[in-house]
Amino acid sequence: MDDFLAARSQMALSLGFHIIFACIGMIMPFFMAVSHYKWLKTGDQDYKNVTKAWSRGVAIFFATGAVSGTVLSFELGLLWPEFMKHAGPIFGMPFSLEGTAFFIEAIALGFYLYGWDRFNRWFHWFTGVVVGLSGLASGILVVAANAWMNSPTGFDYVNGQFINADPIAAMFNDAWLSQSVHMVLAATVATSFAVAGVHALMILKGKNIRFHTKAFRIAALFAAISAILQPLSGDFSAKDVAKRQPAKLAAMEAHFKTEKKAALIIGGVPDEQTETVKYAIKIPGALSFLAHGDFETEVTGLDRVPEKDRPPVAIVHYSFQVMVLLGVLMMLIALLYLAIIWRKKNWLEKRWLLKLFVIAIPAGFIAVEAGWMVTEIGRQPWIMYGFMRTADAVTPMPGIVYSFYIFTAVYMSLSIIVIMLLYRQVKMVGVLYDLPAPHSLSDNH
Amino acid sequence: MIYVVMAYLWASVLLYVLMGGADFGAGVLEFLSTSSSKDRTRKVMYRAIGPIWEANHMWLIIAIVILFVGFPVIYATMSVYLHIPLTIMLLGIIARGTAFTFRNYDAVKDKMQVVYSKTFMYSSVITPLFLGIIAGSAVSGRIDPHAANFLDAYIFSWLAPFPIAVGIFTVIICGFLAAVFIIGETKSEEDTKRFVTKSKHMSIAALVIAVVVFAAAWYEGIPLAHWLFGNPVSIACVLMAIVSLIWMWASLFTRQTKLIRIIASAQVTLLLVAITYEHFPVLVTLKNTEGLSLLAEQGAEKTIKALGIALLAGSVLILPSLFYLLYSFSNKNSD
Repeated sequence: MDDFLAARSQMALSLGFHIIFACIGMIMPFFMAVSHYKWLKTGDQDYKNVTKAWSRGVAIFFATGAVSGTVLSFELGLLWPEFMKHAGPIFGMPFSLEGTAFFIEAIALGFYLYGWDRFNRWFHWFTGVVVGLSGLASGILVVAANAWMNSPTGFDYVNGQFINADPIAAMFNDAWLSQSVHMVLAATVATSFAVAGVHALMILKGKNIRFHTKAFRIAALFAAISAILQPLSGDFSAKDVAKRQPAKLAAMEAHFKTEKKAALIIGGVPDEQTETVKYAIKIPGALSFLAHGDFETEVTGLDRVPEKDRPPVAIVHYSFQVMVLLGVLMMLIALLYLAIIWRKKNWLEKRWLLKLFVIAIPAGFIAVEAGWMVTEIGRQPWIMYGFMRTADAVTPMPGIVYSFYIFTAVYMSLSIIVIMLLYRQVKMVGVLYDLPAPHSLSDNH
Repeated sequence: MIYVVMAYLWASVLLYVLMGGADFGAGVLEFLSTSSSKDRTRKVMYRAIGPIWEANHMWLIIAIVILFVGFPVIYATMSVYLHIPLTIMLLGIIARGTAFTFRNYDAVKDKMQVVYSKTFMYSSVITPLFLGIIAGSAVSGRIDPHAANFLDAYIFSWLAPFPIAVGIFTVIICGFLAAVFIIGETKSEEDTKRFVTKSKHMSIAALVIAVVVFAAAWYEGIPLAHWLFGNPVSIACVLMAIVSLIWMWASLFTRQTKLIRIIASAQVTLLLVAITYEHFPVLVTLKNTEGLSLLAEQGAEKTIKALGIALLAGSVLILPSLFYLLYSFSNKNSD
């Protein structure tokens, strides 16, 4: 492995690790706040227990997300100093605002986690809401910075120099909105399916059923709503990418030849040498429609992109297919679930429904990772689309491969420990919360 | 506006040293405690730092963001030539942050607790050690952009007596701050005594290591004495810091917890003023050439303006809530 590949791998690993914790840390506080609200309103002790259990999850994920995020803010410079030297002052604005949001999140979390029975109950609840809102703001800001790498604006490029930086214009680049919406929804889908699935599993196992049912219903509702909205946002994103980054769209769709009435390629094995796709299902005109809203419009293929500017096709295409497939499956589960709560309430107890959610536990996170691979690998060979190549941005320091090995080992061990911690939290629900009779009002401080 | 941004950079470094430092120090003290008193030391410390734990480390993020948005050349240069110590520091941050939280939130208290505690203790020493090494090498002109080989460029930029001495000094300062801050959080006379003793030991250790730092500087030919005694402001700061040690010891006997905290924080602040005053506006000194100056390397005008406004607006949100957090969980308000 050469140093450039090692640097890219280390960045991919760090982002791939951080994104999971960031998603959960961003969305789970909202579950917690909903459950907390229900407890305050109904006095149902189960909701208090669910809230406390989830807040422990938030604490674990926030801490891990916070350190892996800190690492990333340094890695940008450690791995890509040439990029940061030029890009820092242009696209740094969202990072400086994110610093504020992150700080507020940390403060609010301190109040929330340690504030039980110490503050006015609604103030305490409010700090939980602030954790969620500031986490959400952080997520949107960081994605806005990433969007700038896909759609660099807010500067003039004169004789190889980046001048007249305008950080505000850079922050509101053309990609920030579509990417942020897609990411926030993705985080919601992934987190809520994972959480709902874990509680469904515990119901199936017959453990603390009342507790887990209440938790499941909150998470499943988030899952259902977000999974139905996500394909709409995906469509918005795809049309946006078709306009701004035709090379990325072409790689996603394995679309080699520029043509009118372009066919949508589903599945298949792209061959970059012969520029063909084998074993695929092709729907004529569908790609033109999806990318430009019209069955006739020409869709730019990879043949219009100079060979040295093309992203790797196969991996981007596969990742994209995985993301879309999982997104569609989760949307179907979501539709079914909504239909059930609307019309067939008695089906809520059915084991097959719970099993469906258990199977979907990892689906959202696999889709998130696949989606990030599409957007990051699809941008290659550029670190700053159209202006700076990733290979020109890498650190001159040799031996990055060792640092990659070390970080791999660290992140692997952390993943194992976090999974163990969650397993223990779930296993100990009955012991930790000593579940009392329903509708107990004994906890009015 | 550039002065606002520089003031924030300086203040966030100072606050990181004070608050993050006290936080690291909790682990340092655990590391230095005898095994019989480790548990007791730990218990008192965690009740004290739990709620403000995450917030303490945000100052580092603020400082690094100011650096890469406002002064990208300085950020990039440090990232390249101090890659190794920065990476070790990051590994320390990962290990420490996760170990602390995992220890607290592991639902089953078994042998893993020992793993978390050990990880926390060691990383609490390693992280500030390398922070100090990074600071020591940044100010002492070891970074050489024209270095011809790997060792000179990436290893000897930080591996030398002076940066290491500064690193050890940083570790001791953290322990000192932690001991002093925690005195006010103790609930029994026995615990109070324990941390008063620790404060005394740490302040003596800081004096001893300071001598070592001077020796290392002398050995390497670094004009540390000139930086600290070359101008009236720095001299005044150093003298005040040393003289106030005596005042602090006196206050330790009378157990004026608030006063001790203020004096200790002031001492650290004075030291930071003394060292930065002579260097200003240079942040990173380079070998055989001029250093990287905050004024010369500042980012585009619009960026600095936007950054300054963002920092000012952020403070309006952050500072009141942070003070309320600290106030709510200080000793007199807890049960």
